[in-house]
Amino acid sequence: MLDEMDNDRRGFLKCMAWAGTGALLAFDGGIGTSIGLDSALAAPMKHAATKPFTFVQLSDSHIGFNKPPNADARATFAEAIAKVKALPQQPDFLIHTGDVSQLSRDNEFDDAEQMLKATGLPVFFVPGEHDMLDPDGGKAFLNRFGKGTKGAGWYSFDHRGVHFVGLVNVADLKPGGMGNLGAEQLRWLKNDLAGRSSSTPLVVFAHIPLWTVYADWGWGTDDSAEALKLLARFGSVTVLNGHIHQITQKVEGRVAFHTARSTAFPQPAPGTAPSPGPLKVPADQLRHMLGITDAMFVRGHDRIALIDSTLSA
Amino acid sequence: MTRGFKTLSLQAAALVASALMMSTVSAMTRAAPAPAAAVTIENFTFNAPIVTVKRGTTVTWTNGDDIPHTVVAKDGSFKSKVLDTGERFTFTFAKVGQFGYFCSLHPHMTGTIVVKA
Repeated sequence: MLDEMDNDRRGFLKCMAWAGTGALLAFDGGIGTSIGLDSALAAPMKHAATKPFTFVQLSDSHIGFNKPPNADARATFAEAIAKVKALPQQPDFLIHTGDVSQLSRDNEFDDAEQMLKATGLPVFFVPGEHDMLDPDGGKAFLNRFGKGTKGAGWYSFDHRGVHFVGLVNVADLKPGGMGNLGAEQLRWLKNDLAGRSSSTPLVVFAHIPLWTVYADWGWGTDDSAEALKLLARFGSVTVLNGHIHQITQKVEGRVAFHTARSTAFPQPAPGTAPSPGPLKVPADQLRHMLGITDAMFVRGHDRIALIDSTLSA
Repeated sequence: MTRGFKTLSLQAAALVASALMMSTVSAMTRAAPAPAAAVTIENFTFNAPIVTVKRGTTVTWTNGDDIPHTVVAKDGSFKSKVLDTGERFTFTFAKVGQFGYFCSLHPHMTGTIVVKA
């Protein structure tokens, strides 16, 4: 068991070399493998006998954002969606990990919804803090994208044997704090996971990272340790977040953490700028720093392979 | 008739003059410095984070960032709508005390207004 975990770790570290350029993180029988994006897209799946499924993570579309370095976040979101349509294997569904809009305006939500509808795919959402800005503190988002969810918009669903959990860590934030799940949601999570076999692969998604990437900028979730305790007994946990508009990843035990790029604008690496405000890159660099994440689940494997690709690729 | 008109116009002139004086007085009242203070939001920071003012001071927050922020009192006594770039929020502090506040989108951003008598 220990050896296996060690292999996981080594494999994952090897994969991290690809971060930022487009990476395939494939975990095959406990040993991670990595290949470059172009060959990943072209390579047949090793276990051709089992039909894998994929889903795509989109994040931080900030529809309505129109300042440097991106005068039209609608246009780059449309490019991201075109990229999804061009994938050789169409995903079963999309997840959007929040900050759909810039200011929670109806026309921003509406444009995002119309653009996503054009994919013909189901979309699962969790809100970002930019989606909570209507006078009712998130109702506009929930009425449109959170039907049937609990509390501030959390829920779970199952797909081909994988259990997906959408969490909300942008509601009722506390002064001086970071992201926050809250006692009610943690209670719900405990009940949601209770009785599930530890061999069930889990995918947990939320807007703000569920581990502390950089506390000075609030890039973490105050009570995420309590959620992670509930996830610890599961053999395969993939945590997908957004918020920080860049790829970061790490593995802790059986939990793989990953943040996706934005489709609107990049943000600086932790501590490399006076603030986490938009990174004002030249126009010819912008699309190298925006992108989508394609997640592949292969039956019989206990890990999910994540391919990050940029709008320029 | 002519005399009557003259009297009337004199009265009118006096009225106009007094109206002018009144408006001058009220303009002077307005010009007298109503206590005011300003906080700029820049680089995800309230600048300055601690501001001490006299009771009755109107504080204006201006968002100088490319990202929206809010100004929300910890005790709920004031709460701005979302402030996009360049937008302002004002609040007049009628009570003495310490008023901590934060940005509800980026709660690591905090500030305090200290109101003295």
